[in-house]
Amino acid sequence: MNFKKLLPQLLTLVVVILVFGFFSYNAQVNMENRGITFGYGFLSQESSFDVQFSLIEYDGSHSYFRAYLVGLLNTILVSVIGIIFATIIGVIVGIARLSNNYLIERTAAIYVEFFRNIPLLLQIFFWYFAALRALPLPEKAEPMFGVFFLTIKGFFVPAFVWNNLDIFIYSVIAAIIAIFFVRIYAKKKQENQGIQTPVLLISIGLLIILPLVSFLLGGVDASIQIPVIEQLSKTSFTYKGGLKLPPELISLALALSLYTATFIAECVRAGVQGVSKGQKEAAASIGLTPNQVLKLVVMPQALRIIIPPTTNQYLNLTKNSSLAAAIAYPDLVLVFAGTALMQTGRAIEIVSITMLTYLTLSITISIFMNWYNKKIAIKEK
Amino acid sequence: MNKLNILSPDKKNLYTYLYLGISLFSLSILIVFLNSFFSLDLTSFIPGTLSYFLPLIIGFIGLHLIRIEYSGIKFLDIINKNINTNKFNALLSLLIIFAIIKSLPPLLSWFIIDANFVGDSKDACSGSGACWAYIKTWFNRFMYGMYPNAEQWRINISFIALAFLGGVGFFASEKFKKYLTLYYVVVYPVIAFLFIFFFISGGPIFFDFSYGIIAAVISIIVGFYIPTKFKMYYFIIIPITIYILLKYVFFYEELIELGKIQAFEWVETGAWGGLSLTFIVSFFCLIFCFPVGLFLSLGRRSDLSIIKYISIGFIEFWRGVPLITVLFMSSVMFPMFLPEDMFIDKLVRVIIAISLFEAAYVAEVIRGGLQALPRGQYDAAKSLGMGYWKMHIFVILPQALKLVIPGIANTFLALVKDTPLIFVVGLLEIVGMLNLAKTNPEWLGFAMEGYVFASIVFFIICYAMSKYSYNLEQKYKTER
Repeated sequence: MNFKKLLPQLLTLVVVILVFGFFSYNAQVNMENRGITFGYGFLSQESSFDVQFSLIEYDGSHSYFRAYLVGLLNTILVSVIGIIFATIIGVIVGIARLSNNYLIERTAAIYVEFFRNIPLLLQIFFWYFAALRALPLPEKAEPMFGVFFLTIKGFFVPAFVWNNLDIFIYSVIAAIIAIFFVRIYAKKKQENQGIQTPVLLISIGLLIILPLVSFLLGGVDASIQIPVIEQLSKTSFTYKGGLKLPPELISLALALSLYTATFIAECVRAGVQGVSKGQKEAAASIGLTPNQVLKLVVMPQALRIIIPPTTNQYLNLTKNSSLAAAIAYPDLVLVFAGTALMQTGRAIEIVSITMLTYLTLSITISIFMNWYNKKIAIKEK
Repeated sequence: MNKLNILSPDKKNLYTYLYLGISLFSLSILIVFLNSFFSLDLTSFIPGTLSYFLPLIIGFIGLHLIRIEYSGIKFLDIINKNINTNKFNALLSLLIIFAIIKSLPPLLSWFIIDANFVGDSKDACSGSGACWAYIKTWFNRFMYGMYPNAEQWRINISFIALAFLGGVGFFASEKFKKYLTLYYVVVYPVIAFLFIFFFISGGPIFFDFSYGIIAAVISIIVGFYIPTKFKMYYFIIIPITIYILLKYVFFYEELIELGKIQAFEWVETGAWGGLSLTFIVSFFCLIFCFPVGLFLSLGRRSDLSIIKYISIGFIEFWRGVPLITVLFMSSVMFPMFLPEDMFIDKLVRVIIAISLFEAAYVAEVIRGGLQALPRGQYDAAKSLGMGYWKMHIFVILPQALKLVIPGIANTFLALVKDTPLIFVVGLLEIVGMLNLAKTNPEWLGFAMEGYVFASIVFFIICYAMSKYSYNLEQKYKTER
């Protein structure tokens, strides 16, 4: 073995081991002094604290593990909302940046420059403490379209009350599977006979018809529950029924999507610009319609450039959702690394679980993305 | 006179269309303008929703009428080409123009006309606009945090001096140009640290670091007379020896006494804050994260498998977790890892945490640059007989770093934007100070002004940085 190559490696290894050894030795000593033993047994203990907003049933009598789940679900909820809206805004703004209309291009550019140069935390504070605080009190709120109530206490929207919800979901799943088969069939037909099938129209039709059938035949029944104002005390009002989106969730989702959308817009712009003009001209010259040029030539190539950095932005958004702790939205960091840590004092266990959770989330997504990237990459000969 | 065909305007009746179109377009803008600035409603005689959409319809027809290709009138062609290429674009342009006209008056009145600029208490702000008196009263705190008023000149002087020393590179003569890298990488951070420690913090005159400086200075001066052959070993052994001699042999007793003397009043880091803290934190993180990231990226591409996997693990770990948990770790978990009597200052812990965090991102950016270089560059360097370090310092890194200037600038921007997160450990930079001021019972209800102010400040900083990085990118752009 080459000595010159071995020495630096050994040195690094020794340094790393020494540092870790030093840390763990100190941790042991410190924990002994404070009378705590290392372990994850506390997860099954009763948590005895409440969480304001949770997707699953939870109160103080549940375990710490359940509190962890509540936080995790809240994190996932706000991330998913943020990702959906960021993608929509980002794609629109990214395309607007490419517009040949000066006003549109400038507006989009100003939006991008402005929102991405201001710290996300500041934006979250702005929406939560300044913008949403200007909303009316529940009793003074004007209904939007008669059923939505945007108040200082949150956004009250009508809720669906379902009968036989499962049959409806099955019908939607069936529609998606059917669309999948239609696509395979259409592709085969085009390869064999050169005849195109209007896949989009058929898909939309299936998505409408099958759930409709489930309503008519499957006994599915949905009624809408409209929020109604209710008096709690002399001066305090709220809405009963319907769904309540707390202001924390709204401001967080708003700030996250507006901030991340600027980055996605730049990704989209770079992607579309990355497709060379010759490709479009070549496609047009073999007689494809503008729509076909976009669908069959430009988008597949642009997506190859757009998707990897955009996934990175999705990951960033998920990680940034941890800023929720600053405005007391009960996400993983606030519930678990905040309240639970304060109560149990188990810093090492809780912080490590929290970090591991985020680590697992990002590594899963990046492994998936690498796989996808490999799949769509141009196979050069 | 030719027949007028309203639906498809052409060049034959150019001026008829032009006058009609321009007047309709101007009329629509006038209606919206009067409505928004003077709240006059010209279209009130038309019922309901129609009057709401009337300006849009009129403007749309107007734009339709002036959409004449190759009219020969320069101004008209510019308008048509830029905002009026087809119906959809015309509609969007109109909507944007109307939105701008509509939003100007409320913005103007909030920012300037109805705003209060004078006064030093809440009562001064009675108008419906912004209360800039609030910003004025709290300006000091937003800039310096809880730093004692009488001592704030120390921060100012330090920043001015550091900015001046940082700008030395622009004025250096050709003779000294070659030492600039050394200056910025080694000397400047040390000077900056000394300024922060002695001046802003008011630390004791002698501390471990100053022995190190003396040792380094002595060894550098003597080093000029040492034959090149031994220089390498000399610069490792001598400074350490001098350091140990200085600390434990020569000045042991005296310096313990001296070490207790402080030139300035001690201001603990907990009292630092405001924009100056933002600068301090981002400055040091910037300086530290770059070299760490550089070494990590080299480590990740190394042939030595242990170093490679340690680097990969390190990078992926930091990139996978949010900064806020890293700060949590540095504030609640890290003290558990230290010996009982060892205490590291909050600010130092935060700077280390952010630096390591951003270093992982810098490493990935630099790796991109390293990968983008063609293999031929490595082979060529090796064929000239260059070793690993020589090859990287003189051939690979200058090219790779040039390629990744935008990426590094983005990472640095992200770093500056991440500094407000240090509220987690209880350090209050400008956003933290805003939140504190907002809860002051004498100044309740001015959250908006504060956030707008901070947004403008951050926007200026970040926008200037991104423009500067763009210039840098253009400056070092070479054709390949």
